[in-house]
Amino acid sequence: METLKIILAEHPFFKDFEAKHLDLIAGCASNVKFNPEKFLFREGEEANKFYLIRSGKVAVEMYGTERGSITIQTIGRGEILGWSWLIPPYLWHFDAHAIELTRAIALDGKCLRKKCEKDSTLGYKLMKRIAYIMENRLQATRLQLLDMYAATE
Amino acid sequence: MMNNKLIIERKNFEALLSALCQRGFTIIAPVLRENAIVYDEVTSSNELPIGWTDEQTPATYRLKKRNDNAVFGYVVGPHSWKKYLFPPHLKLFSAEKNGKGFVIEENHQQFTIPKYAFVGVRACELNAIQIQDNVFCNGQYVDANYKSQREKIFIVAVNCVQSGGNCFCTSMKTGPKVENNFDIALTEIVNEKEHYFIAEVGSEKGKVLLSEIPHREAEQKEMEKANQLVEQTANQMKRSLDTTNIKQFLYDNFDNPHWDEVALRCLNCANCTMACPTCFCTTVEDVTDLTGEHTERWRKWDSCFTMEFSYIHGGSIRASAKSRYRQWLTHKLSSWIDQFGTSGCVGCGRCITWCPVGIDITEEVKAMQHSKFSTTKK
Amino acid sequence: MQQQNERLMFLSSPSMIPQLFSIQNIKNETRDTFTLELVSPDKLNISFHAGQFMMLYVFGIGEVPISISGNPTKTTKLLHTIRAVGTVTKQLKTMKRGDVIGVRGPFGSHWPVDESQGKDILIVAGGIGLAPLRPALLYILAYRQRYRKVTLLYGTRTADDLLFLSEIEQWRARLDLDVYITVDRSSKEWRGNVGVVTTLISKATFEPSKTVAMICGPEIMMRFVSVELQRCGVLVENIFVSLERNMKCAIGLCGHCQYGNIFVCKDGPVFAFPKIQHLFGKREL
Repeated sequence: METLKIILAEHPFFKDFEAKHLDLIAGCASNVKFNPEKFLFREGEEANKFYLIRSGKVAVEMYGTERGSITIQTIGRGEILGWSWLIPPYLWHFDAHAIELTRAIALDGKCLRKKCEKDSTLGYKLMKRIAYIMENRLQATRLQLLDMYAATE
Repeated sequence: MMNNKLIIERKNFEALLSALCQRGFTIIAPVLRENAIVYDEVTSSNELPIGWTDEQTPATYRLKKRNDNAVFGYVVGPHSWKKYLFPPHLKLFSAEKNGKGFVIEENHQQFTIPKYAFVGVRACELNAIQIQDNVFCNGQYVDANYKSQREKIFIVAVNCVQSGGNCFCTSMKTGPKVENNFDIALTEIVNEKEHYFIAEVGSEKGKVLLSEIPHREAEQKEMEKANQLVEQTANQMKRSLDTTNIKQFLYDNFDNPHWDEVALRCLNCANCTMACPTCFCTTVEDVTDLTGEHTERWRKWDSCFTMEFSYIHGGSIRASAKSRYRQWLTHKLSSWIDQFGTSGCVGCGRCITWCPVGIDITEEVKAMQHSKFSTTKK
Repeated sequence: MQQQNERLMFLSSPSMIPQLFSIQNIKNETRDTFTLELVSPDKLNISFHAGQFMMLYVFGIGEVPISISGNPTKTTKLLHTIRAVGTVTKQLKTMKRGDVIGVRGPFGSHWPVDESQGKDILIVAGGIGLAPLRPALLYILAYRQRYRKVTLLYGTRTADDLLFLSEIEQWRARLDLDVYITVDRSSKEWRGNVGVVTTLISKATFEPSKTVAMICGPEIMMRFVSVELQRCGVLVENIFVSLERNMKCAIGLCGHCQYGNIFVCKDGPVFAFPKIQHLFGKREL
C-alpha cells in the first residue's frame, strides 16, 4: 500500500495531490501489467478502471467491419487512460490494447466513485484534474480532425 | 543676393521644350485624350491642354473649358508618371528550348529606352516619384530598370495655382508647393494682361537649360504673387486627412466594424491601385508561342485587390472584399511607414476620382477615427 | 570568362533572371512529394543557410518558391523537397533526369543554428514542414558537439506521408538525437504514436528555459505548438517559425508576400516568434 502511494504520488496526474487524498485513492489502487497485444478493455464492456500509465504504449482503437481496427490515439508514460468509469452508464466506448509491454496503476472505478461521494473535496479535486486532461485530449482530437496536412486544391 | 527665380514669357515656353528636344529628351507632358488629361509624348507646347481645366469629385471627372489660355490650368488625371519609370509591362527575359534544356536571354533593351523629360509634374507627383525611388532604389534589392530610367530623367515641375476637387496634399505635407528634387519648377501666371511663368532653378541641369532660353530675372512683387497663389491653393483644399498617429491607429483598428461598411461598397475593381502614383505591386506572366519552343517572362502591374494576389495552395489568404480593401488602405497609410519611412499616400485624390463608387479615402479614415468603435491602444 | 573547373560563389547579385540547373536525381518520397537533386552545369557552388528558399522556374510555366531541403555543409548539389499541389509543382513532378530548370536565390532569413550553440534544440515539424527544417538538423548534426540535447518531433497525416524515411531510421539510431514521430491517422501496420504533433511535446525531455525551438508546418500547427511550448516554459524569444506567402519576385518588390508591415520573402520566411506574435492568427491579414 505504501509503495502504491509512492508510485501514485510520482505519476504526473497526481502531482501535488494532498497526502490524505492520496491515502484514500491508494485504497482503490493495484499494480497491473499488460503484455504486448493484450487488451486493457473492449468497447461495450463495463468501465470500471482508471489507468495511470507508468510505461509502455496503449492504442485507443475502434473496430469497424469494413476497415478493421483503427487506432485513434496512443497513450504513453505519464498519461491517463479512461474516464468512462466516472460517467453513467459506465461503459467503455473504445478498445484499448497494449502495443508494447505496459505497466500501469489501475484504480477501481466503483471504489473511487464511492470515496468521492463520501468526501466531496476529494471528488472535486479529482474532477478538476480529469476535466483538465479531457480538455487537452479534446483539443488534440480537434486538431486531428482538422486534417491540417491534407493537400487542398 | 542672386535669386534663382526667372520670368519666362509664355511665347518663350516653346523654347524650353525645344531645348529639351535638342538634348535628346523625349518629352512627356499632359495632353487631352478621350475626355481626360493624360500623359503622353509631345514635341510642341500646342499639344498641351491649353485652356482646359478639370472638375473632380468622388467618382467624377469632367473637363471644362477655361476662360483663359492657361497651359497648366488643371490638376492630375488618371495617369501618373509611374507609367514611364515603372512600366506597366516589362519583358524580363525570353528563353528558347535547347535539347533537354533551354537558353535564357535577358531583355537588355529595357536599358536603352529613350531618356524622358517630364513636363508638368505637380508637387504631389514629385513626392510620389520620390516615394517610388525609395521603394525601388533604396531597399535591400534594387530594381535596375527603374534606377536606370530614373537617373536619366529631367523634371520640369509645376506649382499648382488651384486645388483640385479631390486633392488633400496639404494633409499629407506633399504640396501644393514644389520643394525639391526637380530641375526646373514653373508657376504659371495668367490673366487678361499677362501670361508668363516664374521659373525656379532646382539643379545645375535646370540652370543651364534656362540660361539658354529667353528670360529675365523675377521682380520681388512677381515672386510674391506666385507665393500668394500657391498659398491660396493650399487654402482651397476641400478634403483633409488627419495623419496624427495614423500608423498605430490603423494597426489597432484591424477589427473596426467600419471595414465591413466599406466592403459593402467596394467593388474590388482595382482602379485605385492603377491610378495611384505610388502603388508598386507587380506580378509575372509567362507567355509561350504555339510551338512551345519559345517563351517570355513579363513583369506586369498587379493589384492587391485581386483574388489571386494572396493565393497559396488551399486558397487566398485575403478572400473577402473587406480584407482586400483593408489591406490597401492600411498599407498605403500605415504599414508603408514602417516599410519605407514615409506615408505611401501623397494626397493626389486620384483614388477618389477614379473609384466607380466614389469611395473617399479621407472620409473612410475620418469615419473610423470618429466611430464609437475606434480603438486606440495606450 | 571563368574556367570550367573553377567554382563560383552562387548568385552574388540577385535579380529576376534564373540560373540554369539540371536534374541529377529524383526521389519519390511519398505519393505527392518528391525530392529533386539539382546540379549546376557551370559547376556553381551552392552556398545557402538553413531555412532559405529558391525560386524554381519551369520553362514556359512559371516560378514557385521552394525551401532548400539539402545539407548546407555540402555545396555541390541543391536539394528541394516539393509537394505537387499547383501548376508549377505538378509540372516539376513530371520532369526527368537531365531536364533543366531555372533557379533564383537563395533568398530569405534562416534558422538560428549558429546563435543556438550551447542550447537544447527542439525541432518540431508537421507534414512537409520537415523539408525546410532538414537543413537545420543536418547542420546541427554536422556540428553536434556545439549543442546540448537535440530532439526532433515530427508529425504527418499518415505513415505513408513520412518524408526521408531511410534518414529518419538513421537519426533514430543515433544516441545523440531523440526522435519522436506521430501520425494523425493510423493504419494497420503502424505501431507508433497516433495523435497530433503537440502530443509529442510532453514525451520529449528538454530543458524548456534552455531550449531553442524551430517549428515548421501548417500555420494552425505552428500556432498550437508555440502555445504549448510557451506553456511548458520555452521562452518566446527562443521560438522560431517559418511562414509561407504568395511570392512573385522573392526580392521584396512585387508586394505579394506582405504580412502586416513584413515582407515574408526578405524579412522571413524564418521569424523569431516575438516579431510576428501580434500578427499570427489575425484573420485575412
